[in-house]
Amino acid sequence: MTTPSPATEPSATPPPTANKTAKHSRQRPFGEILRESFLEGNTFTVTVLALLTATIIGGLLVAFTNTSVLHAWGNFFQGVKIDDFSAPWHAISSAWDAAVGTYVALFEGSIFNPHTVSALFQQASLSAAVHDGYLSAVFNPLSETAVQATPLILTGLAVALPYQAGMFNIGGQSQFIGGAIMSAWLGYYVNLPFFVHVVVCVLGGFVGGAALGWLAGEIKARTGAHEVIVTIMLNYVMLYFLAYLLSSQSLLQAPGSSNAITLPITSNAHLPLLAGTHLRINAGFLLALACAFGVWWLLNRTTTGFEFRSVGANASAARVAGMNVERNWALVMAIGGGLAGLAASTVILGTDFTLNPQSFGTYGIDAITVALLGLGRPGGVVAAGLLFGALHAGSPGMQTATGTPVQIVQVLQALIVLFVAAPPLVRAIYRLRAARASGVGGTLSKGWNA
Amino acid sequence: MLSPGPGAGAAVAARGRQFAAPVTFAVFGLINIFVFGIHSHGDATFSFTQEFAKVTVPNLVVAAAATCYLCGAITLVIAGLRLLAELGLISLGQVWRRVMIGLVLFFFVVSLLAWSDAGQSISINVVNLLSGTLDVSIPIMLGALTGVICSTSGVINIAIEGQLLLGAFCAAIATSVTGNLWLGLLCGALAGSLVGVLLALFAIAYRVDQIVLGVVLNTLVLGLTGYLYNAIMVPYGNTLNNPNTFNPIKIPGLGDIPIIGPVFFDSTIFLYITYVLLAAIQVGLFRTRWGLRTRAVGEHPVAADTVGIRVLAYRYRNVILAGLIAGIGGAYFTIGSVGSFGPDMSSGEGYIALAAMIFGRYTPFGAIGAALLFGFTTQLQSILSSINVPIQSDLLLLTPYVVTIIVVAGLVGKVRGPRAEGVPYIKS
Repeated sequence: MTTPSPATEPSATPPPTANKTAKHSRQRPFGEILRESFLEGNTFTVTVLALLTATIIGGLLVAFTNTSVLHAWGNFFQGVKIDDFSAPWHAISSAWDAAVGTYVALFEGSIFNPHTVSALFQQASLSAAVHDGYLSAVFNPLSETAVQATPLILTGLAVALPYQAGMFNIGGQSQFIGGAIMSAWLGYYVNLPFFVHVVVCVLGGFVGGAALGWLAGEIKARTGAHEVIVTIMLNYVMLYFLAYLLSSQSLLQAPGSSNAITLPITSNAHLPLLAGTHLRINAGFLLALACAFGVWWLLNRTTTGFEFRSVGANASAARVAGMNVERNWALVMAIGGGLAGLAASTVILGTDFTLNPQSFGTYGIDAITVALLGLGRPGGVVAAGLLFGALHAGSPGMQTATGTPVQIVQVLQALIVLFVAAPPLVRAIYRLRAARASGVGGTLSKGWNA
Repeated sequence: MLSPGPGAGAAVAARGRQFAAPVTFAVFGLINIFVFGIHSHGDATFSFTQEFAKVTVPNLVVAAAATCYLCGAITLVIAGLRLLAELGLISLGQVWRRVMIGLVLFFFVVSLLAWSDAGQSISINVVNLLSGTLDVSIPIMLGALTGVICSTSGVINIAIEGQLLLGAFCAAIATSVTGNLWLGLLCGALAGSLVGVLLALFAIAYRVDQIVLGVVLNTLVLGLTGYLYNAIMVPYGNTLNNPNTFNPIKIPGLGDIPIIGPVFFDSTIFLYITYVLLAAIQVGLFRTRWGLRTRAVGEHPVAADTVGIRVLAYRYRNVILAGLIAGIGGAYFTIGSVGSFGPDMSSGEGYIALAAMIFGRYTPFGAIGAALLFGFTTQLQSILSSINVPIQSDLLLLTPYVVTIIVVAGLVGKVRGPRAEGVPYIKS
């Protein structure tokens, strides 16, 4: 049987460790303490090593499957000449080039590309360069990272918040679709003045997602049906429901169109751009950061948040303490669903400006990886969302430049989370000692019936 | 371990749940009469013979509206009987309750078909509908059987989806490279088992939350197969993604029986493997020492350990072996039906298998029955769209998921899984 452990209450663990380190620091040199704390394999170390391991495995995957590398190996094995040392060397070097090239391209597409700076300085005058978008090009990778990170952070929060209350929300996709339907419909059907329209559409997205989240939470509260099964089923229900809406002329399908797509969102409902017309970064990013702060505040500074965490730590104890566990389940799922709905509204109103049957992308699954890498905490979710957002932003350019398929990003995401979720494995690989306070995993497990 | 018992809300639901079944039945009956019956004009034709069959069965032509009214009336009678049973006026055994659910669904489907074929010149081929149902259900059935074994041993397997997908991928590559279908089938099975190894390792040794783990493994396999598809299958498509497919095998004698023959005994090897596995798992779980111990490990690992059963060894072995079954199910996609691999080929059928397992109350026969129900809606949708029925195919496709939610929510009867499912066992 699992025993409640400090890991279920992550925010409580750091202070004692920190105090202890501070006390010892007078007696031992700083370097030794640093080394000790690193070798101890705490959560931070494990996360960094998980990232490193995933990067290495991803690199190996690229190195072994790149077509030019395969050709080089083919030449090596069929190349017959025994005195020719260049064939294996060529194969190895092209494998190295493929792996490194992939990561460099990812970096250039998501953080900074030196070519854009040289292009900027080749322009005759600065004002012309700014006008023609050369300055924007320098910041475009960062802007794209923020754009990609926005829905990831919001859907990540949609998983992380219910997680704190002991609910595993796999229904990010259904809630995203619910929010997208509301945002898109309000976006093209209603006519409102500029600022009001955006706010109404964003709120509509929240309501659409919250309704589906609430439904899953309420079903669990009333009948005890496990939220994982209910949310997975709702994902498919909403998938087909969206397809139905988009293929019915009398409903969401654009009049006269044979494609499954809505009318474009009116410009009043677009989220305002933050850095000029050349960059796609928009107010949605600020909304995501604000929501992360809001979730932190809700969890740590309000009675509601305290009840959520109590229910998550031990539902029976929370009930004995007089909390309404069922109401908390429904409420936390509603808020979580609402956050996924907000993610949809940032996509619909911020970048896509229309709704089609593929609008929901892979956000439902990505959300889970973001929340897990972020250890279920709002700050962690923002960091994880930015990291995966960077991967997503860099991947199209990477595929063009190096031929490495974009799915490598999904592989990296899954590997990172797999290692983060199993600290004992990472410690075993790098021969670290177990930390006194173990990280995530280990004690998180509980069954269907819990 | 205290389970958070449903509170006040559940008490209300429990009182309402008593009448949920009769009311649901009555709704079905009313739909049969007032939706299908009233809107049916003309005759509906059902045919029971495929082309080139040795023995032919005459077509059945019925008046569509009358059929719908009759089905509706019978359904209402069943609803009434169920209501009397709930009020305690007559007593019904568990078997009769299940038969009633089956009959209600059967009459609903009959009136749906009668309505959709009313006045159409094309007949509905019942044999094609049923044999197609069995074929499209194969991955769901095998995946659900995998889930049954894993759950019974106390491990939640959400990675069925990943097992299907990797099985499909590896079977396609192995068959394309070697040209040997059996080797492809073996590789597909081993690929499913490989995901099972990862699941077992992380769930049992590292005690990672099994629901989280399953989702992450699915993402990993989805990304990996998508990546490899683009990286090596697209450039070398002729050599790596060009597998043969298994031909249907008609069982001599049995395959010539009208209706039953073409439905059950004229299919690829996958369907026969499913029969064998279904029988083996049903007997194995409930009639052998292995089954008793597996169930003990899933229900009460402490007690099992006390009497000397090696809990973790049983869990490892069962999860890894069960992966073989889902791997075979995945192989069906590439070397059983389509003949090439495509990204995200399993398209969520692993999750449907999971639902079928729960719907089927964690029993092999129940899981297979539920899997067939899911397969039937898919097949029905494709048949109805081929005869231009004015029904929204998307709405038809989403019904099984709604039904699953209703079932899981306990409106048709409470489903209880193995007690220790998903709880890692730590020897103290």
